[in-house]
Amino acid sequence: MRSVKEVSVAIIGGGPAGLAAAVRLYDKGIKDIVILEREKMPGGILRQCIHDGFGLTRFKETLSGPEYAQRFIDMAEERKIPYITDTTVLEITPDRKIYAASKNGILEIQAKAVILAMGCRERTRGAISIPGERPSGVYTAGVAQSYINLYNKMVGKEVVILGSGDIGMIMARRLTLEGAHVQAVFEIQPYSSGLPRNVEQCLRDYNIPLYLSHTVTDILGKERLEGVVVSRVDEHMQPIPGTEKTYTCDTLILSVGLIPENELSIGAGVTLDGRSKGAVVDENYQTDIEGIFAAGNVLHVHDLVDFVSREAESLADAVAAYIENGELRKCSLEVETDTNITHTIPQKISGEKSFLLSMRVRQPMKNCEIVISQGGQIIKKKNFKKALPAEMIQIPIDAEKLNSSENLEVSAIC
Amino acid sequence: MLREFICIMCPQGCALQAEEENGKVLEVSGNTCPRGKEYAIQEITAPMRNIATSVKVENGELPLASVRLTGPIPKSKIFRAMDEIRKIYVKAPVKTGDIVIENLLGTGESVIITKTIHKI
Ligand SMILES: Cc1cc2nc3c(=O)[nH]c(=O)nc-3n(C[C@H](O)[C@H](O)[C@H](O)COP(=O)(O)OP(=O)(O)OC[C@H]3O[C@@H](n4cnc5c(N)ncnc54)[C@H](O)[C@@H]3O)c2cc1C
Ligand code: SF4
Repeated sequence: MRSVKEVSVAIIGGGPAGLAAAVRLYDKGIKDIVILEREKMPGGILRQCIHDGFGLTRFKETLSGPEYAQRFIDMAEERKIPYITDTTVLEITPDRKIYAASKNGILEIQAKAVILAMGCRERTRGAISIPGERPSGVYTAGVAQSYINLYNKMVGKEVVILGSGDIGMIMARRLTLEGAHVQAVFEIQPYSSGLPRNVEQCLRDYNIPLYLSHTVTDILGKERLEGVVVSRVDEHMQPIPGTEKTYTCDTLILSVGLIPENELSIGAGVTLDGRSKGAVVDENYQTDIEGIFAAGNVLHVHDLVDFVSREAESLADAVAAYIENGELRKCSLEVETDTNITHTIPQKISGEKSFLLSMRVRQPMKNCEIVISQGGQIIKKKNFKKALPAEMIQIPIDAEKLNSSENLEVSAIC
Repeated sequence: MLREFICIMCPQGCALQAEEENGKVLEVSGNTCPRGKEYAIQEITAPMRNIATSVKVENGELPLASVRLTGPIPKSKIFRAMDEIRKIYVKAPVKTGDIVIENLLGTGESVIITKTIHKI
């Protein structure tokens, strides 16, 4: 007979979110925990992000991705927090039973609380449907990054990049350093979807042009990619006939966005937010299924890992309280937004607890003001010289200013 | 002459403007903190960058170990630095912080391992 293991907290995913949550829980006295990780090693996506720029907020120094991850792995190991690697979670039930495939067969775990920390995955060409052939030589940026940085496999010599996401730009620089020729980056939006500093240090530094309002409209080649056709797009993002230009290349890298990885969450009955593509959570990072919590890229896509660690630690504080008290305060107030804001985390609050409000703006805005109010009463205002969709905005909200009967309204005003 | 660029010292990415005359910086604006000003002056007089890449590992659980420089080097030396780093082979195990090249191209900066790789 299979034995069912019982734990206080099971953490799905051993990336920065899962590790930070585990360490914090342990330090709060919740030691009966386990991390389940699909890969051979913990660390998550950071293991392949070898460039520097991580940890400035957290450690006041600039580290590479693997170094940042290692700090948290070391903290988990010092505390002897058990993690089971090479183990893929297949199912989570609404009553928090977990089924996972490991080298030793199927694992069954019953947890009092489950933390979803599965990270995100990349959008693929299918999701954005470019017409044309399907030759080899088309990669998503993250896959190209893992080939080059983990497995020593170069992807190609003449490269075109579609999408100005941060990973695409970082790969433009990486490929250039490895001797490839990156011809250009094309972005369908009229603005870059990645951080300005990456436009500067990954593209401008290496004279790689960035064409805004452009997209790939055809893919050429039968077996191996031979080229791409690029067109300008109008304000409705429709290709403008007559603007087609052919680029000869053997590699096309797609950096067209990330989406939270939520197959397991859906199976557990968790309600997702169509805007963030992650779970709907309250100020405790609890989903609408009691005892199931989420943080990190599985909840909403982050640009900075420092914020992932902090979010996971706040989650762990709430999970520790949940384990100790058996329940958390009900959150029945909604966080509502105007059309300038794509989504917020959390989406629900009680009005009785301080929390960190995360959000993104829909399009670039200059000299704008984020206004947070309740029943017409302004709770907080913050001015921004510039606000970009690429940069997550986080504003702490103080419980003392809140009431517990009216929804919270968030708007961005220019 | 007015030069405009983005500060890369932190994720905030402030848009800097620097007034320059014959390689001398007269005025910097747009920076949120003093590091932005320092960066602007450096960028105009002698631009510096850090780089990250990998070195090959023998007998490791992965074929590569990631590396970076301990500090930025002149931008003009980046491709020569890559050529030097490409020549390196290390034997597993290696750990974060191990030095693989000291004083790279006379810059005073070293190449260090950023990922622990165990032996197989
Ligand atoms: C390619 C890429 C480049 C990035 N570059 C930067 C950067 O330059 N600077 C920066 O600050 N941030 C960067 N980020 C963002 C930062 O790395 C992420 O925000 C951070 O890694 C998210 O941490 P996480 O723990 O939520 O997810 P992840 O790091 O993705 O970890 C999730 C973990 O869950 C595991 N998992 C998933 N499903 C299962 C399952 N069913 N069973 C068991 N385990 C599972 C995965 O194997 C993985 O280890 C980048 C992100 C990506 C995707
Ligand atoms: S000026 Fe200061 S705040 Fe602005 S990007 Fe540079 S280091 Fe960051």
